[in-house]
Amino acid sequence: MINIPSTLKISFRALRVNKMRSALTMLGIVIGVGAVIAMLAVGKGASQKIADQIASIGSNLLIILPGSTSSGGVRMGAGTQPTLTMGDTEAILRECPAVADVAPEHGGIAQIVYGNQNWATGIRGTTPNMLNVREWQLASGRVFTGQEVKSGGKVCLLGRTVVDNLFGNIDATGQVVRIKKVPFIVIGVLEAKGQSLTGKDQDDTIFLPITVAQKQLFGTQFPGMVRIIHVKAKSTEDLAAAEKQINELLRQRHRLGPKQENDFTVRNLTQLMQTQEQSSKVMALLLGAIASVSLIVGGIGIMNIMLVSVTERTREIGIRMAVGAKTWDIRLQFIIEAITLSLIGGVIGIILGVGGSKILSTFAEWPTIISPFYVVLAFCFSGLVGIFFGFYPAYKASLLDPIDALRYE
Amino acid sequence: MALIDIQGITKIYQLGDVSVKALCAVSLSIENGEFIAIMGPSGSGKSTFMNILGCLDKPTSGRYLLEGTDVGSLGRDELAAIRNKKIGFVFQGFNLLSRTSALENVELPMLYNGVTAREREQKAMAALKSVGLEGREHHFPNQLSGGQQQRVAVARALVNNAPIIFADEPTGNLDTKTSAEIMELFTKLNAESNITIILITHEPDIAEYSRRIIKFRDGCIMTDEGGKNV
Repeated sequence: MINIPSTLKISFRALRVNKMRSALTMLGIVIGVGAVIAMLAVGKGASQKIADQIASIGSNLLIILPGSTSSGGVRMGAGTQPTLTMGDTEAILRECPAVADVAPEHGGIAQIVYGNQNWATGIRGTTPNMLNVREWQLASGRVFTGQEVKSGGKVCLLGRTVVDNLFGNIDATGQVVRIKKVPFIVIGVLEAKGQSLTGKDQDDTIFLPITVAQKQLFGTQFPGMVRIIHVKAKSTEDLAAAEKQINELLRQRHRLGPKQENDFTVRNLTQLMQTQEQSSKVMALLLGAIASVSLIVGGIGIMNIMLVSVTERTREIGIRMAVGAKTWDIRLQFIIEAITLSLIGGVIGIILGVGGSKILSTFAEWPTIISPFYVVLAFCFSGLVGIFFGFYPAYKASLLDPIDALRYE
Repeated sequence: MALIDIQGITKIYQLGDVSVKALCAVSLSIENGEFIAIMGPSGSGKSTFMNILGCLDKPTSGRYLLEGTDVGSLGRDELAAIRNKKIGFVFQGFNLLSRTSALENVELPMLYNGVTAREREQKAMAALKSVGLEGREHHFPNQLSGGQQQRVAVARALVNNAPIIFADEPTGNLDTKTSAEIMELFTKLNAESNITIILITHEPDIAEYSRRIIKFRDGCIMTDEGGKNV
């Protein structure tokens, strides 16, 4: 029968007797656990930030840009050659099975005026599908209808930044603003989305029917010209298929021969960012793994000190054996001592790790996330380190010969 | 039935290629309530004999029956249990845990047989009182004189109501007056509580307190005088 409270008491006393030694031994575990917690928090924060950005641009998103032309060895940038049309947009939705929704975009930068206020911003002529593709909600008002797109209705949706700059505290819905001298009725306000991956303010924008943008505001080089097509694939797994289907469809529609290069570019934003997220997760794991090496080093420190302690207390072990301590009484005494060391170290390490990551996020402005799961994991792991590295010294102690131990000076 | 019945016990130590015979076929019987002194020069095998009797060591051959139990067939933990219940040890060097109060030192044997904390304290207090250390329960060994420390050790040997106390030169580190006090304590325990006392000593005047004197030489019993008929 093992007496746990008394064993705990004995362990605490033994640790108190050598305060400095116990503290230094714990330090190894403190640093190990603290480092693991802080590293995992930094890693998780980084991947969470990327995941948030993926969510903010809309998931499973492909963007089709018109021509990067390459003639006579001179390559022009994407969008230099207008090749995309409303027809392409409709065909993609109709003929690509992996595509869930499509929205065209045509626009440019223009000044928007309300009363005596003005603000220059990106005007996006599009269809109501845009909100679905970009997973964008309305904060108030309504979306313009397909009918309004067809008939060229003078209505618009404002981004949060535009509203803040033009209207301040006034309710924007129902007000009339002028863009390039054309009056538009504000029918809704978009929900705030924050910064994009590149740091651009996504809320500094205006949505209005694409027909108005094409015919009245910005003009087109040919009827039905579109600057960008936004595509939402049915699922993450369908992204690659959608990209392939769009490539085939557009090559066919643009009558490109087998030797001709694409006169459009498909960008897979979601995949790009998921790759980033993946790599940040791998980085987090790597950091955690490196940090856990220090935890193991800390464990070796515990084993070292416990071995010293067993040697120093040989006589005590002999006395305990003489008065009837059994093998496991002795083993548990030293294992509990090691666990006590490592768990106290673990708790201090958790506090330091959590505090450290708070400091990192405050001063270095790194996003950090402390997951309770990791905290529990680190605590349990430090306990395991105690058991693992405490066992050998305890085992050695329990095998001492009582007569030799009693005679030990 | 004899308390201790030993038949032809030998102990051979293997030191490299040389084997040293520490005990040669010792046979002995000890009854309950005896007070025995074991004497002999250094290297005569008396300490080896004592270790075997105290279940700290096992004989190479021969039989050792303690209250009818064949101790030779028991394992490490079973021997520990026997030491815990039936045997109390008093050593020359006291062997108390330093940095541990007298009370807790006396409680030590009870840590290993499942006595509750409350009962442990009561029994330890009673044991300390019986050796005349009332009021010194919370002193540490280094705050006690040699005689007092040895009394703590005696209290520790008594606390589990063990029927036998083995004392290995219990007065070796004490002056004459204190030695006499400790020996009187043993005599009292033997007479009043019928505890069997087996002690090892060099000094003839200490051996005088006993009623049976066994003398060892070269691993064998030379003389066995006295006994319970004296």
